[in-house]
Amino acid sequence: MTKGMRIRNLQELENVRKQYDEKQKKYQYRVAVCSGTGCISSKCEDVRDALLEAIDKNGLAEKVFVSCTGCIGLCSLGPLMAVYPEGVLYTELTPELIPEIVKSHLVNGEIKTENTYFDVKKKEHVPHINDIDFFKDQVRISLRNCGYIDCTSLEEYIARDGYQAFARALLEMKPAEVVREVKSSGLRGRGGAGFPTGVKWESTLNTPGKEKYIICNADEGIPGSYMDKALLEGDPHTIIEGMLIGAYAVGATSGYAYIRAEYPLAVERLDIAINQARKAGLLGVNILGSRFDFDIEIRTGAGAFICGEETAMLQSIEGLRGEPRQKPPLPTESGLFGKPTVINNVETLASIPPILLNGPAWYSAFGTEDTKGTKIFSLSGNMVNNGLIEVPMGVTLRKILEEISGGMKDNKTFKAAQTGGPSGGCITSEFLDTPLDFSSMQKIGTIMGSGDFVVMDEDTCMIDMVKYFMEFVQEESCGRCTSCRIGTKRMLEIIERITLGEGKEGDVELLEELGYTIQETSACGLGQTAPNSVLSTIRYFRDEYNEHIRNKHCRGGICTDLAQVSRAGKTEGQPCKVLQLTTRR
Amino acid sequence: MSTMVKPCKCATETKEELYYKISEIIEDYRGKEGSLIPILHIAQGIYGYLTPELLQFIAEKLDMPFSKVYGVATFYSYFTITPRGEYTIRVCLGTSCYLQGGKKVLAQLKKQLGIEIGQTTPDGKYTLEVVRCIGECGIAPNISINNTSFTQVDPDKIGEILESLS
Repeated sequence: MTKGMRIRNLQELENVRKQYDEKQKKYQYRVAVCSGTGCISSKCEDVRDALLEAIDKNGLAEKVFVSCTGCIGLCSLGPLMAVYPEGVLYTELTPELIPEIVKSHLVNGEIKTENTYFDVKKKEHVPHINDIDFFKDQVRISLRNCGYIDCTSLEEYIARDGYQAFARALLEMKPAEVVREVKSSGLRGRGGAGFPTGVKWESTLNTPGKEKYIICNADEGIPGSYMDKALLEGDPHTIIEGMLIGAYAVGATSGYAYIRAEYPLAVERLDIAINQARKAGLLGVNILGSRFDFDIEIRTGAGAFICGEETAMLQSIEGLRGEPRQKPPLPTESGLFGKPTVINNVETLASIPPILLNGPAWYSAFGTEDTKGTKIFSLSGNMVNNGLIEVPMGVTLRKILEEISGGMKDNKTFKAAQTGGPSGGCITSEFLDTPLDFSSMQKIGTIMGSGDFVVMDEDTCMIDMVKYFMEFVQEESCGRCTSCRIGTKRMLEIIERITLGEGKEGDVELLEELGYTIQETSACGLGQTAPNSVLSTIRYFRDEYNEHIRNKHCRGGICTDLAQVSRAGKTEGQPCKVLQLTTRR
Repeated sequence: MSTMVKPCKCATETKEELYYKISEIIEDYRGKEGSLIPILHIAQGIYGYLTPELLQFIAEKLDMPFSKVYGVATFYSYFTITPRGEYTIRVCLGTSCYLQGGKKVLAQLKKQLGIEIGQTTPDGKYTLEVVRCIGECGIAPNISINNTSFTQVDPDKIGEILESLS
């Protein structure tokens, strides 16, 4: 696209695509170098520089196109590089390896197998992405561009059907028709609550109001989740397009993207994309020659987990303390500055353009009856391969763990998986065959949350993990509701006591009582779910609580203070630390 | 330590002079709703931390009660009302980092720097903080130093990371 050129109608959008495709024809290879935060910290920039140097040296500049992409997915093996059209994945790269790979693959056309992906189970290299277990069963809808297109190029996005769905919606459909399509796709919010997106949009559309807002919730605070970050870093234009479609559908004139301060690269990349869209006339006034005006402002969070809760986010954008508001009224009726507001998660927005392009029936053919479509999961913990995957709903946790990720690291035994972050719960091995969707996860006592999947092995102490979760929610409680502010503190104190070897009979029951009280008497989602980690571990790992309390024993060997109490009490004949403390009190 | 102390200009500079930069920013935001948090972000970027005097100045300029501005500044953990070191080291204690050695990294940093969480080294170089997930969970444990991420951190190699900073 020529500098300063504006896209004023569908034809001009099409022209940009055609011209770009034409320009790309001369390239024989596309090399995608992962430039997500993770790969940057693994020094992918040095790899990219070495690649550009080697391309130059070998006179390949007219033959090879280098694309700095967002997350390719296999974060644990970065820096990564994928060579297309073959789709060969090179892993764990260093600048020193690059000249040889370039010579072999890009000059001589021979894959340099020893630097490609190595399957530890099969004990062999698997060069092609489509043959790698981690990738072969993925259905990448939200992540369709992530890891392929250059994340700072508007033309690359347009060349992959970018802004086509928005143009179609704006120029050929009425807002109510857009809402109907999204509604019939069955898309449910991917932020964790799973509320039907179309219904939310419909409600905002039907609320009268001259001014309305759309907010992209990019305050991805749940520890273990990093899909929103990857989307913002790797395909920021899809978020803008999703917001544009949403804005047109509900009648919003302004939008906010609320991104957490912990994601500086995501803020930077979205900011670049917004400026590109403005320059091209895709944001601003009379977009694509229509009477539709819309623009987006980025708001950076300031380190408060609670601001991911939608009403707390509204408070924060209004410049207030991030304390949740009482619902009703719902934000769709009275949201930001008292105006009707629709709030959608990043992944939800990224699903919108493909739904409109391919039709709702195409999307709803993926997934289960309860939850249509696909979902991104962020894998972390004690598994072989950690990273980002997008799979159809209904896949089992066992498939993710054993087939996609490759099983447990170091041949350890699976103990539990945490989903839904501190608000979620633990899944034990007996539930690994549960097909994943919103309802089935609730049935087994946890939530799908935003798709975080943290796997723990046999060496993990569940009481120690629970202590961590309670510390988290206790610290992040905004303090408004007494039960959440004080109740979580009391629960944390009891758990800390248990890990120090000072647990008493009745502690577990007290934890349960406190937990249920907090659940029932807190105003917002944080409080209502704060005790979940404790209640779910009591349900599945009660034995471990009892061992800590009665036998002063920690299976994982994590609670070291416990061991001291145990030794002091048993072997040296000294009065146990617990008793001493009790007497002192 | 003495080299770090800069001559105090309070006696010679008026408030307007001292806060000239931020008052320009406030003017840019005038009439825009909900601009307090972006202004606080920029103010902290300019002055390093938010003194009560600075918050008072912002409150007056925005025609807001000081209590409200102070309430917001102290609600969010990214805002600080005490000076920070040249490098703010944030140790990630998200679930995955906690599980995979984040606690050891934190312990090592505390030992090496001789400070606790929330404190700054006497030479004004490092501030130690804890962050709840920086989203690099697949390659834990992580730390972030002035917004640059360091992943798969080996507690024994903290010294090398610190050396690479200067």
